[in-house]
Amino acid sequence: MSERTLYDKVWDKHTVSKLESGQDQLFIGLHLIHEVTTPQAFAMLEELDAKVAFPERTVATVDHIIPTQSLLRPLEDQQAELMMASLEQNVEKFGIRFLNKNSQMQGIVHVIGPELGLSQPGMTIACGDSHTSTHGAMGALGFGIGTTEVGHVLASQTLSLNRLKVRRIEVNGNLQDGILPKDIILRIIHDLGIKGGIGHAYEYAGTVFDNMDMEGRMTVCNMSIEGGARIGYVNPDKTTFDYLSGREFTPKGDDFKKAQIFWKSIASDMDAKYDDTFEIDADSIQPMVTWGINPGQSIGLSDTLPDPSFFSGEDIKTAEKGFEFMGLKPGTPIRDTKIDVAFLGSCTNSRISDLREGARIISGRKVNSKVRMLVVPGSQKVKKQAEEEGLDKIFEEAGAEWREAGCSMCLGMNPDKLVGAERSISSSNRNFIGRQGSPRGRTHLASPAIVTASAIEGRIADPREF
Amino acid sequence: MSVEKIIQITGRGIPLPGDDIDTDRITPARFLKAITFDGIEKALFCDERENTPDHPIDNLEYRGGKIMFVGKNFGSGSSREHAPQALKRFGIDALVGVSFAEIFAGNCFAIGVPVVTVDPQSLQTLISQTQKNPKILYELNIDKKELFYGELSISIEIQENQRSAFLNGSWNMLQNLIGNLSKAREIARELPYCNDFK
Repeated sequence: MSERTLYDKVWDKHTVSKLESGQDQLFIGLHLIHEVTTPQAFAMLEELDAKVAFPERTVATVDHIIPTQSLLRPLEDQQAELMMASLEQNVEKFGIRFLNKNSQMQGIVHVIGPELGLSQPGMTIACGDSHTSTHGAMGALGFGIGTTEVGHVLASQTLSLNRLKVRRIEVNGNLQDGILPKDIILRIIHDLGIKGGIGHAYEYAGTVFDNMDMEGRMTVCNMSIEGGARIGYVNPDKTTFDYLSGREFTPKGDDFKKAQIFWKSIASDMDAKYDDTFEIDADSIQPMVTWGINPGQSIGLSDTLPDPSFFSGEDIKTAEKGFEFMGLKPGTPIRDTKIDVAFLGSCTNSRISDLREGARIISGRKVNSKVRMLVVPGSQKVKKQAEEEGLDKIFEEAGAEWREAGCSMCLGMNPDKLVGAERSISSSNRNFIGRQGSPRGRTHLASPAIVTASAIEGRIADPREF
Repeated sequence: MSVEKIIQITGRGIPLPGDDIDTDRITPARFLKAITFDGIEKALFCDERENTPDHPIDNLEYRGGKIMFVGKNFGSGSSREHAPQALKRFGIDALVGVSFAEIFAGNCFAIGVPVVTVDPQSLQTLISQTQKNPKILYELNIDKKELFYGELSISIEIQENQRSAFLNGSWNMLQNLIGNLSKAREIARELPYCNDFK
C-alpha cells in the first residue's frame, strides 16, 4: 500500500468518515459543473427539497453543447437551448457562480479551472466529466464522476470512494527534438494499456515532468483516464506556484506565501511508498499517432502498422476491429494516410501553448485544399490571448476556421461533427467509434504539431520536417 | 428514502462479447442532449445496432434478459451515467464481466446495478452457453458470491464493501452522505484553502 504520497496525504486530509459500505467519504474542495451531466442531479436535489451544501465551492460553466460559431440565443439546436436554459435556472436558484459567455471566463471546464486559479494544489476536485484528471497537473486529486454522484456532491460536498493504488510513472532523460507532452502520454498509454490503470492513481515524475510546463502537465494528466487511471497528478513545484501567481482565484500577497507552505506540504515525500513504479526512457519516445479505435492503439509516426497477431487474446479482435473500422492495413505505414479534417482543440490540447505550436507550423503556409481545419480555443481567455498575439490571423490566412471556445469536435454534441466516413486528425483524447459525431467517422489522435502539419499536407505528416 | 436490499437477481442472460466497449458506443454523445434520463434506453448501442442485424440488444431470443455478460474493461471512457442508466432502463439489473472501467463501475453502484467479475474462461463459458441456449435461467447471488444455473455455479468476485452495501441496502449513499454534513463542515474548517489561507 502506498504511503506519504500526495495521493495519500490529500486523501487523508479530506476524509470525513468511514462509511457503512466500507468506502471513504471524501470532502470535495471544488465542484465544477457544466450543462450536460447536471440537470438530472439538480432534479434529484429538488425532489429531496435539499440545498446545495457549499454553493461557494461550486462553479459552473458551459462547454459541451455550446456552438462555436453563432452564439445567438436562443441556440439553433432546441435541445442544446433547453440544456443551457436549465443550467441557467439551476445556478440562479441554487446560488452558484456561473462563468457564462458574458463573464469572459467561459470555456472548457478543464481549461478554465487551472487558468483561473480555481484548481489548486492539495484540493480534491470533482466534475461530471472523466477528464477531471486534468486538474492533477496542479497537484490536486481530480475525480471524474457520474450524474448521481454530482447530486451527492451538490447535496453534501462529499463523495463515497474506494482508495486507489498509486503507481509512479517516471520518465527520465532527454527528449528528442520536437517531442510534445501528447506524444509522452500516448506512449505511456501504449505501454501500460488502456486497462493498465484500472484501480490506480498515476503519479507522473522524473526529469521530463520536472522540466515540463504546466500546460504540458495538463495534457498528460488529462489523458490518465484513457489509460484506465481515474486520477493522474504531478507533484506541485516552483513551476506550479509561478503558474498560479496572480490568477483570478488564487490567494494574493501574504496569503499566497502561506498557500505555498500548504502546497509544498502535500507533495509526495522523498521516501514515499508506491504500489509500483514504471519507467520510460525519454530518448525512446517518438511522435505518436493512434491508428485504431481506442487511445492505446497507437504507434510511432515513422512505424508501420502492427499485425493483429502481435497482440494476444481479445486484443487481437480489438485490433482487427480497429483495422476494419479505420480502413487500414497491417504492415503499412501510418504516415501519408489521407485525412479530411484536422481538429485543433479539446480539454487535452486547446491552451495557448498548443495554439502557438500550431500557428508556428502553419504560419506562411496553407491548409490543404481537401482538408477542413478547425481551431477551437479552450476558453474565452485563451481566445483573447491568441488574438492579441495574432494567432487567429495566422490560422485564418492559412484557411483554417477560427472558432469560439468549447468542446467542439471532440465529442460532437454541438454542430461541429465529422460527416459520414470522414477521417480526422485530432488533438483531442478519444478515437472511439462514433466519437466525433458521425457513427462512421474515423479519428487519429495526435499532438497539435502533427495535427497542423497533417492539415497542411492533407495526409498524416511529420511536423519535424516543417 | 426507502432501503432497497439487493441480494439476488434472477433472470436470463444477454451475451455481449468483446473487450474495451466504451461508453460512447453504449450511448453516443448526441443522445446526451436531454435534461432527464427518460427514454435514454432507446440510445443503447444504437449506432452499432444499425449496422449489426443480429445485435444482442435486438435479438428477440435474449429479450427480457436481466444479466448482461461482458468482457474486459467494459464501460471505458466518458463518465456519462447515461450508459448505465440506459442499460438499467432497458432491463439489465446486473452485469457480469472480466473487468470494468472505474467510473462506469462507480456509476453502476450509485444506481444500484451490481457489476461483478469472473475469470475470462468462465465468462467465455457463460457467453457461449447463453448463445446456444438463451433460455438458461441464472441466479446471481450477491450474498453467496455465486452465479447459479441449472445444477451448476460459477464463483463471482465483487468488492466486499459493495457486496455488504447491496445486502444491507446502504448502497443508496445520498442520505448517509448528507447525514455527515456537520462532519464535512468540520473538515472544511481544517482545510487552509477553504479559509482563504487566513
